[in-house]
Amino acid sequence: MAHEHAHDDAHGHDDHAHGPDKGIMRWIKTTNHKDLGTLYLFFSFTMFFIGGLMSLVIRAELFQPGLQFVDPELFNQFTTMHALVMIFGGVMPGFVGLANWMVPMMIGCSDLALPRVNNWGFWLLPFAFTMLLSTFFLPGGAPAGGWTIYPPLVLQTGNSFPILIFAIHLMGISSITGAINIVVTILNMRAPGMTLLKMPLFVWTWLITAYLLIAVMPVLAGAVTMLLTDKYFGTSFFNAAGGGDPVMFEHIFWFFGHPEVYIMILPAFGIISSIIPTFARKPLFGYASMVYAVASIAFLSFIVWAHHMFTVGIPLAGELFFMFSTMLIAVPTGVKVFNWIATMWGGSMTYETPMLFAIAFVFLFSIGGFSGLSLALAPVDFQYHNTYFVVAHFHYVLVPGAVFSIIAAIYYWIPKWTGRMYNETAGKWHFWLSSIFINVTFFPQHFLGLAGMPRRIPDYAVQFTDFNMVSTVGAFGFFVSQFIFIFNVLACCYGWFGRTRNVSNQVWEGATGLEWSVPSPAPYHTFEDQPLVGDDGMPVHGDAVAAAAH
Amino acid sequence: MASDAHATPNLSRYFVPAPSVWPFGLTVALILTVYGVSGYLEDRAIPTTALITAGVALALFIIFSWFRGVALESERGLYNDMVSRTYRWGMSWFIFSEVMFFAAFFGALFYARTLAIGWLGGEGEKGIITNSVLWPHFDPSWPSNGPGHVGGTFETVSPWKLPLVNTCLLLTSSVTITMAHHALKAAHRRACVLWMLATIALGSTFLYCQATEYMEAYKELNLTLGSGVYGSTFFMLTGFHGLHVTLGTIMMISITGRLLFGHFKPESHFGFEGVAWYWHFVDVVWVGLFIFVYIL
Ligand code: HEM
Ligand SMILES: [Cu+2]
Repeated sequence: MAHEHAHDDAHGHDDHAHGPDKGIMRWIKTTNHKDLGTLYLFFSFTMFFIGGLMSLVIRAELFQPGLQFVDPELFNQFTTMHALVMIFGGVMPGFVGLANWMVPMMIGCSDLALPRVNNWGFWLLPFAFTMLLSTFFLPGGAPAGGWTIYPPLVLQTGNSFPILIFAIHLMGISSITGAINIVVTILNMRAPGMTLLKMPLFVWTWLITAYLLIAVMPVLAGAVTMLLTDKYFGTSFFNAAGGGDPVMFEHIFWFFGHPEVYIMILPAFGIISSIIPTFARKPLFGYASMVYAVASIAFLSFIVWAHHMFTVGIPLAGELFFMFSTMLIAVPTGVKVFNWIATMWGGSMTYETPMLFAIAFVFLFSIGGFSGLSLALAPVDFQYHNTYFVVAHFHYVLVPGAVFSIIAAIYYWIPKWTGRMYNETAGKWHFWLSSIFINVTFFPQHFLGLAGMPRRIPDYAVQFTDFNMVSTVGAFGFFVSQFIFIFNVLACCYGWFGRTRNVSNQVWEGATGLEWSVPSPAPYHTFEDQPLVGDDGMPVHGDAVAAAAH
Repeated sequence: MASDAHATPNLSRYFVPAPSVWPFGLTVALILTVYGVSGYLEDRAIPTTALITAGVALALFIIFSWFRGVALESERGLYNDMVSRTYRWGMSWFIFSEVMFFAAFFGALFYARTLAIGWLGGEGEKGIITNSVLWPHFDPSWPSNGPGHVGGTFETVSPWKLPLVNTCLLLTSSVTITMAHHALKAAHRRACVLWMLATIALGSTFLYCQATEYMEAYKELNLTLGSGVYGSTFFMLTGFHGLHVTLGTIMMISITGRLLFGHFKPESHFGFEGVAWYWHFVDVVWVGLFIFVYIL
């Protein structure tokens, strides 16, 4: 892209470097949102892979009753670390990576607002996770008290305890800096004409997600700091003998934790709201109601946290309040599902891989929503709590929910990133295998939970064997299927199998939005001169980048 | 066609910094530090002191260079209006995140005071028997160090001595920093520096009083971090606040230095304003502490 260097002298920006450094230093020093987006996504997939391996150990152990492969202590370390790695290392950085790539291109600005801070936010993560994963090799092993790190149990963690706490602090800094960057970019750097209610939903959902992150990550930081001082400095926050209360930790944790689950799903809503209109070739149905729905979900997410604590012994008034507030969330969620279906209704639908994943998202996420509603009923939760039913619930919202949306987003945007189209046949294989295996894995867990199988255990009563075997087979099938995806994506990145850069700017026939007005692959710097955005959300003077090159 | 007005042509574009090693270096510094601290906490056979020293030194060096670089970029006029709006928004959201950090500890205080202590004393439908069997003599009133009398009998700090002085100091300092700001806007650089020096003096005196108060608490009142949930909330809240005052004072010293170097213009001085916002935030948190921790 010749124009990248064209204006250097004209503007005399001596320190306004263009074109990346060479080799590894490019990635260490980069301040470019596309580079950092790529780093985030590679990191996220590394973490998905590591977390996935841990889940395979768990599923292998649970293939049949009795202890086969790991002892219970190691099993607990794997469940704890699996969740931490998937949530903080996989899903969240995956979405941040997508925001890095897409937000500036969608709102027509040159980069994120604070590019150096952006670099910092990324590099904290690989270090924090290396540190966290290294705890497997410390005396006493990795943290094993569950990702929810409840005291007093978690305070029995050995050598790895301070590392766990500090790793969470560092991830928190990363999330907060990343979120501030995204909020500021969206509020401050939209191209002229890109009014708030013209922003693509992915931008909207990320704006609200980032707000949630800034609001709750510091609370998590406070909570783990109290754990640290309780263990090493003699405080009594969670110690009843000193007037504290272990239940207080649960309140603080879930005040973070419930918004956190929305942090992991709102960007997914944005992705799905971008993909479905493209392949239905219709504008999104009920755009404004989508925005309001996301905003109300975010608001409600702050007042439902104790639905994770129905069985802990909170006052009856609390049970009732949190039960009804939780059920209220189903209303805006229902609005969104309705709008996605209404968008498809009567559209000229085609079923490319991103669309397949998006449709599967709508169905399977809804299953997770329904099981969530069942759990929201306090008296029902007394039976379901701490069983595999909960495991089935959150895996339906997180895997065919959040993870499918990340996969869909990558299929959808990778032609824009690399200029090369993925292989559609392989994509379809990947989709069908993933969708089938994910249901084989997690649907039986509903039955296990209803029948009373507790979560977070390495061994179980024999009557649970059949469903567990099915679930394990599904898990291995799902994991193996992902290699199709990995090869498909890497082939686009590196041009394997003779893939050439031959996609158009628009890539998809029905796609609208600023990101589709720039060349594919998108040049290293886009929209240094901001385009004027018309009512259709597209640049007014045709090709924005042509204009940018003077 | 950018919406912001531009004085010179090179400001038509948003300033995108060149690639930089500072953030990566800062990450390395933080990792060294926390690794050292965790080794220290768990008595691990790693050179903890060396790690912590190296980490902190590197972090300080990088933070200094990074901010210095930003200040110089700003002085060289590389930032257009959109960039300065970025810093405003960024600082506001950063302060919001700090508010939420304190909210966690205030939440712990309110929860312990109004709920946990009462329940330990038998309030509510579940506690009655537990209470009378396990700790029949426990008096569920605030301040409390729980049924286990963790940390032994203690007295609380009287709000009307040093804390009141501290309140006056901080409130006054919010006024003086505002005076400094007005002076800067009116291009009275000398007055601005003097007001800043006054603010720094007030902040440092606050820290001195706070340290004295802590020493009295430990020596004379037997009030320590280990004095049950009262001591925990008291010292964590006031301690984190004190850390923020320290940070704020360091920030004020550095902008005063910049003033002496001739930085900032009457119409554009966000580095100054950002510090002032931060200082007001620290002040507001103190008012919350004074009311909820000391008086009530
Ligand atoms: C209609 C929306 C939803 C409702 C009503 C709902 C309700 C619930 C309830 C009541 C629980 C607690 C179950 C128990 O522990 O007994 C729960 C657990 C959980 N939910 Fe949801 N949920 C919803 C959506 C989501 C979404 C969108 C996500 C994430 C993307 C999510 C992730 C989780 C996770 C991770 C847990 C388990 C946490 C743990 O204990 O480790 N949920 N949900
Ligand atoms: Cu929840």
